[in-house]
Amino acid sequence: MRSQNEFSYGGDATVKRPEINKEVTDQEWDNFVYNRVSPRGKHLELWQHLSGCRQWIKVERDTATHEIFNTYKANEEIA
Amino acid sequence: MQKYSIFSLVKNALTGHQNWDLAWKDPNPKEEYDVVIIGGGGHGLATAYYLAKEHQITKVAIIEKGWIGGGNVGRNTTIIRSNYMHDENGLFSEFGMDLWRKMSQDLNYNVMFSPRGIINLAHSDAQMNAYARRGNSMRLNGIDAVLLNREEVKELIPMADFSDNVRFPIFGGLMQPSAGTARHDAVAWGYARQADSMGVDIIQNCEVTGFDVSAGKIKGIRTSRGNIKAKKVGLCVAGSTNILAEKLNMTLPIETHLLQACVSEPVKPVLDKVVTFGAGHFYISQSDKGEMVMGGDLDGYNSYAQRGNLPTLQHVLTEGIAMMPFLSKLKMLRTWGGIMDMSMDGSPIIDKTHIDGLYLNCGWCYGGFKATPASGWTFAHTIAQDRVHELNAGYSLNRFSTGHLIDEKGLGTKTWIS
Repeated sequence: MRSQNEFSYGGDATVKRPEINKEVTDQEWDNFVYNRVSPRGKHLELWQHLSGCRQWIKVERDTATHEIFNTYKANEEIA
Repeated sequence: MQKYSIFSLVKNALTGHQNWDLAWKDPNPKEEYDVVIIGGGGHGLATAYYLAKEHQITKVAIIEKGWIGGGNVGRNTTIIRSNYMHDENGLFSEFGMDLWRKMSQDLNYNVMFSPRGIINLAHSDAQMNAYARRGNSMRLNGIDAVLLNREEVKELIPMADFSDNVRFPIFGGLMQPSAGTARHDAVAWGYARQADSMGVDIIQNCEVTGFDVSAGKIKGIRTSRGNIKAKKVGLCVAGSTNILAEKLNMTLPIETHLLQACVSEPVKPVLDKVVTFGAGHFYISQSDKGEMVMGGDLDGYNSYAQRGNLPTLQHVLTEGIAMMPFLSKLKMLRTWGGIMDMSMDGSPIIDKTHIDGLYLNCGWCYGGFKATPASGWTFAHTIAQDRVHELNAGYSLNRFSTGHLIDEKGLGTKTWIS
């Protein structure tokens, strides 16, 4: 168990940057930069262990109860 | 409607307060309305009031999941101000200041508006320059602003830390003398009472479960108390905007975050201004009951919890004690949290949507309460006329894709950047 103080939030982890070397529409950029679903309930998000090992991780957390279901490596693909 | 006055107070006192009229009714939803406002908070109630008063549209329902005034209008730190640099925010908020000044008379309800002034403290030469610039921009828009040096600040708030060995010494500050506070619950109740008296149905304990949209036009809403047909629907549900947007298959430039506030035990009058710390995010005022009312940063991650965690509270109060060391002697009376619509540029959205007859009022971030009258007024105009007013033209939904962001302080959802 680590203190919450050691961690820093990095936002929605489901957002995907539009692919490089491909035609990208304004709408796609808009979705990537600004638009967010922000669900009530399960939310996959990025956190950094800032005051610790400085690793980025993905955390599956409930935005209403703060329950943490799962953690993943930052580069792990999640089904 | 019974008019509130010194005479009605005396008359009812003599009869043991048994004969007061109900301030608003508790009707069942009708089959159809001209306008349905979702959300019985300050902005929703104000919208209904101005629809009836300014646009003579009275076949209006307010649909509230819980009870009116139970969300952010009852959870804020009651600060009212218009000390913005950008034209869109400054002109909109100053229009609201005018409505605040007239509100108690207008609503026949004492909202206890107290224009005691707000001071934003500066802790460096660079910050003094930035405040001079903001103050000048405010004055160009007809908003009162006074740049104070260290001695002038000391005169006004001697209890702040003016010693020489502090980490963030006070260099001066920017004051808006006409800013202040008001009694938040009274604002909700005052608007509700007047809206109700003009024929608006205030329907509480009624949750919206879906929308009826056909051929790109809104037809009505589905609720826990049955389907309601509506020609127009307005969303005023800060904190729950993303939940309703999902039911409409809309993705918005908004994240839902949690903001905490707290009050200390009541003490004798010590602070007669609203003061903000300039080296972090902390604000404080003293309520009429004597409690120190304080708030600061978001908890910093998406949350619908309506209650906060201690690390943020500790962080915020550390700033408070750095600014006013006497606070460390006070006991905490209450802490609470509310859920905010955090827009991506820190400014709100009051606009039409791609669905005909569906209107959006959201994204209020830290500043929803002070915007209540101006938001209700412009949203009512937008709904009634089916076009935005020049005051809320800048608060468009598509400004993110077109690049016309209103980046007042760079404070959006991403508090980890600041």
